[in-house]
Amino acid sequence: MSGSVRDACITGLGQSEVGRRLNRDPLGLTIDACLEAIEDAGLTREDIDGIATYPGGSVPGAAGFSGAGVVDVQDALRLELSWFTGGIELPGQLGSVVNACMAVATGLASHVLCFRTVWESTAQGAGRRAGIGGSYSRVGGPMQWTIPFGAASAATWIAMFAQRHFHEYGTTREQLAQIALNARRNAARNPKAIYRDPLSLEDYLSARIISTPFCLFDCDVPSDGSTALIVSRREAARDLRKPPIQVEAVGTALRGRPSWDQWDDLTTMAARDAGAMLWEHTQLRPSDVDVAELYDGFSFLALAWIEALGFCKQGEGGPFIEGGARIALDGELPLNTQGGQLSGGRMHGYGFLHEACVQLRGEGAERQVPNDPRVAVASAGGGPLAGCLLLSRP
Amino acid sequence: MTEKPTRILPAVTPENAHFWQGGAEGELRFLRCRDCSSYVHPPAPVCGHCLGRELAVAAVSGRAQVLTYTVNHQPWLPGFDPPYVIAIVEIEEQPGLRLTTNIVNCAPEALRIGMPVRVLFEQHEDVAIPLFEPVES
Ligand SMILES: [Zn+2]
Repeated sequence: MSGSVRDACITGLGQSEVGRRLNRDPLGLTIDACLEAIEDAGLTREDIDGIATYPGGSVPGAAGFSGAGVVDVQDALRLELSWFTGGIELPGQLGSVVNACMAVATGLASHVLCFRTVWESTAQGAGRRAGIGGSYSRVGGPMQWTIPFGAASAATWIAMFAQRHFHEYGTTREQLAQIALNARRNAARNPKAIYRDPLSLEDYLSARIISTPFCLFDCDVPSDGSTALIVSRREAARDLRKPPIQVEAVGTALRGRPSWDQWDDLTTMAARDAGAMLWEHTQLRPSDVDVAELYDGFSFLALAWIEALGFCKQGEGGPFIEGGARIALDGELPLNTQGGQLSGGRMHGYGFLHEACVQLRGEGAERQVPNDPRVAVASAGGGPLAGCLLLSRP
Repeated sequence: MTEKPTRILPAVTPENAHFWQGGAEGELRFLRCRDCSSYVHPPAPVCGHCLGRELAVAAVSGRAQVLTYTVNHQPWLPGFDPPYVIAIVEIEEQPGLRLTTNIVNCAPEALRIGMPVRVLFEQHEDVAIPLFEPVES
């Protein structure tokens, strides 16, 4: 047993309906996604011997942040598990999938059901976006350093990274806009995406400011939905329904101080370390990547991931995406082909991995990137949280 | 931010009291390593630079510079009305010694990265919140 993540592959994909205020039980959404993934792989529930999820059940946080936990799904489907994990202290949301890769690579499980469910849209109702910590009388732990100053949203923390990037490298709002405009163009081709109406640069530049330099369209949209996928040990995946998607390498590193304000370089985030690690574990190079699905909970995070993964030099992300042609579906690095979280909906990291597999299978329909993509990268996380996977179709 | 906003206050503990309560005496205080003289923030039981275990409370000058900022326009918290400026400042005594804070007594359009600022405190109950304002040149 080599114990390499290359012993892991992705064999099944599932996703519930995705929308705003679906008013559905989050466990119901989860089961929709999980059963679809099991079926898609050509497996039955008797084959599933592992579960990995983020962030686990009953995690404190914004309403609807935690959709379903390990035991909810294990019990609902009466699964007999050899191994499971659910937790939040991970290299981003996709850290849970990396755990699954390790479990199959070390022989603890053969087919791990991975899922992430969000129901923030329904849970938060029709009210405006709530700040983090609004229900506290006093705040302790890491949040004590930001919440007392009204820095009560990741929007404010990440806006300061963007501002510093603008300052050091001359990045502009017109450049950053391309992340949002590209996402919207792709969403128009994705029937499950939430915002599909055309969005122009003028719309973007005249939109309401949330926290400078971010406007409304730099921020993703709270959504309801569940995404599931099956991670299988390679030898166990030979006779399944679909060609397995190979895990080539993962990035999970955290080498700087793990907070929003103590991070050493305020133009990068933990993505820098995760991205560097990814390429330390593979012969493939950034130029081999045919499609990139990079976390865009805020537009700037996708820009930071582009630089972190070496698609351009640090600081050159603005010119790299300028005009949008390079990251379009028919560009040299098609980005966030499902509409990202900005227009597709906040499937919270898992949506990017799901879409990377869809593209490598050639199942993207209207939004399929041309020329038979063979290598894809998926990433999730911002600030001190970052995880990424490099995938290939054998 | 012309009036005192309603702030969610930090829970004062033995570990952080020097920081959150030093302002009542007009001082911005951090832990400092007795071995290598590094300031340690957030408070920790070990010096991240030399792993020294003897840390003592020490006051700094209160002078700093703006590393980055955002002008927040979204009402996240009841009683904390936008627009207001959130910034990360670097304390003069040590590169990398940083705080998230608010910049006050400064028009948002006058803000710039690198701007010299100095601490002032806003008292709420038993806590003195360290804010920063521009240093007049
Ligand atoms: Zn020391």
